[in-house]
Amino acid sequence: MIPKISKETTLLDKTEELSGEKIFSCHKCGKCSAGCPVGTLMDVRPHQVIELVQANDWSVLESRTIWLCASCFQCATRCPKDVDLTRVMEALRLLVLRENFDHIRISEISKEELRELPPVALVSNFRKCTG
Amino acid sequence: MTEDIKTRMIKVYIMGREYEVPEGLTIMKAMEYAGYRFIRGAGCRAGFCGACGTIFRKKDEYKFRTALACQTPAEDGMYLTELPFVPANKAEYELEELTSEPSIIVSLYPEIARCVSCNTCTKACPQDLQVMDYIQASLRGDINQAAELSFDCLQCGLCAARCPADIVHYHVGQLARRVYGKYVLPRSQHLKERNDEIKAGAFDQEMEKLTAMGLEQLKKLYTERDIEK
Amino acid sequence: MKIPYYPGCTLKTTAKPFEDTTKAVSEVLGIELLEMPRWNCCGTVYSLASDDLMHQLAPIRNLIRVQDMGYDRVTTLCSMCYNTLEQANQLVKGDPEKLEKMNSFMDQEKDYTGGVTVVHYLTLLKEMGFDSLPVKNPLKGLTVVPYYGCLLLRPEEISIDNPERPTIMAELLAALGATVVDHPYKLECCGSYHTVDYKEVVCEKTYHILSSARKRGAEAVVLSCPLCEFNLDFRQKDLEQELAPMPILYFSQLLAVSLGLFDALGFDQHYVDPEPLLKEKGLLR
Repeated sequence: MIPKISKETTLLDKTEELSGEKIFSCHKCGKCSAGCPVGTLMDVRPHQVIELVQANDWSVLESRTIWLCASCFQCATRCPKDVDLTRVMEALRLLVLRENFDHIRISEISKEELRELPPVALVSNFRKCTG
Repeated sequence: MTEDIKTRMIKVYIMGREYEVPEGLTIMKAMEYAGYRFIRGAGCRAGFCGACGTIFRKKDEYKFRTALACQTPAEDGMYLTELPFVPANKAEYELEELTSEPSIIVSLYPEIARCVSCNTCTKACPQDLQVMDYIQASLRGDINQAAELSFDCLQCGLCAARCPADIVHYHVGQLARRVYGKYVLPRSQHLKERNDEIKAGAFDQEMEKLTAMGLEQLKKLYTERDIEK
Repeated sequence: MKIPYYPGCTLKTTAKPFEDTTKAVSEVLGIELLEMPRWNCCGTVYSLASDDLMHQLAPIRNLIRVQDMGYDRVTTLCSMCYNTLEQANQLVKGDPEKLEKMNSFMDQEKDYTGGVTVVHYLTLLKEMGFDSLPVKNPLKGLTVVPYYGCLLLRPEEISIDNPERPTIMAELLAALGATVVDHPYKLECCGSYHTVDYKEVVCEKTYHILSSARKRGAEAVVLSCPLCEFNLDFRQKDLEQELAPMPILYFSQLLAVSLGLFDALGFDQHYVDPEPLLKEKGLLR
């Protein structure tokens, strides 16, 4: 989904504002993608996310990638240019969630699963995936 | 009416419109004085039923306040209205099929995991309950604490109306109290023993004697009974 | 030593053995854990958006409660709680304007002054010296791998050790007499909260982490995070690939075993029961 805010600002500006990161500092070494524990499962690889934001391409918000990132901070720790991609991913998720959009439907999680899952899983998931 | 007992009038704004009402009325009475008639949003008028949740702001104050309309005096310059109802989904469950395991509440109200601990619910509660704390207790499976902290809840729903995480606190508290009552609270041993005695017929003879008595005789027996100190 | 203890929600539910064994161990070590009388969920994941203060209220409110207890340190066991509390702490310590805004919003609490430090329990143990642990029942013959996961070590500012080459848990386990082997996935994320929405991702991570540990000769995996524990332990039942059951243990459970404290191990709350392995090694009584 492309948020309403796209009419008022560019993806690059809004992402930099929310994340506090300088997106053009990236020099595309690819370390983020190489180290990402879920990188191989992503439709857009982490370094490509940066490229799409640089190009103001809102379609990045429709990727599976921004939801698959679980904020493990591996990319942030290894980036030679100090671009915290973890924060960039969070900013992109929030652009969607702040439209009052939930990425997951809480009501669709079965009672059996809810009884088994630890509170820490539910709290973290709902914080990252519901608006 | 003589001059010296004349009631002072105050100005209130009900749903934005200015009215003059006598000082000293509750918000509920002030609205009725102004001509409103409650079909919903009024019940016991004594602060027990929780039907009259109300939202208002006071003069020269930024705070958004909540209270029970039947218990709160209207003040000069108040902006107010009543909430007839706070929409809140209620989980469906059979109490008989539940357990007191720690995940039981979150499995029926998973949205409590969205609590951000802003404490707005606690500030909204007209009963001065620690609402946020009982939601937090529910999340960590502390059913005893959730039940105890929510014990005086009137189900007015003001907490749920104010929550940024869309939690329906008062239903959560009610579930905690039900689970607590059914599965946690120890069964009274005395009650069980007495029930067994009754079933075994230990009091049958005495009951027969009582039912055979006339009204005057019963009254006499009642007034002369031993009162345990 | 007296120190306030922040439990966290999961330590009261699925990770109860983590708390119980730590309490038993602390008693022997002379660490008096003062469980916070009032606390709320920390939020579990630190909010990363520059304009989001609402999600920082939960961790900071807990730090206010520590302050109310009259202490300047608080310890916690869960990696996620540690991470969230300390990241939020560092945020407000470095940004007085944000702290002021949050203090004024939390008008029913005393102001937070930024004077609290969050210390992970492993750090407390390290401060005391692993070599000084009164080990009675050395973990001889038990081969383990430490699994750090993400949030004890990253981001770097809150890391309890070298974020790329941590040794803290390996040192502890070696001091307890275990054989410690290294493995390449010790820092790899387990898939975290995707155990709710992308279970298959967590299963894949679990398989890779555990099969790699197995290849290195590990008989058990040792960790400090209740979510990692759930994922690596309970998701073993959802794996599509063949994998011999791998016991997953909290470091505190092995610490308790090595100190001869067998009463509160809580092995019945695991999916893969670690008891047969520890019995086979002659470590349980």
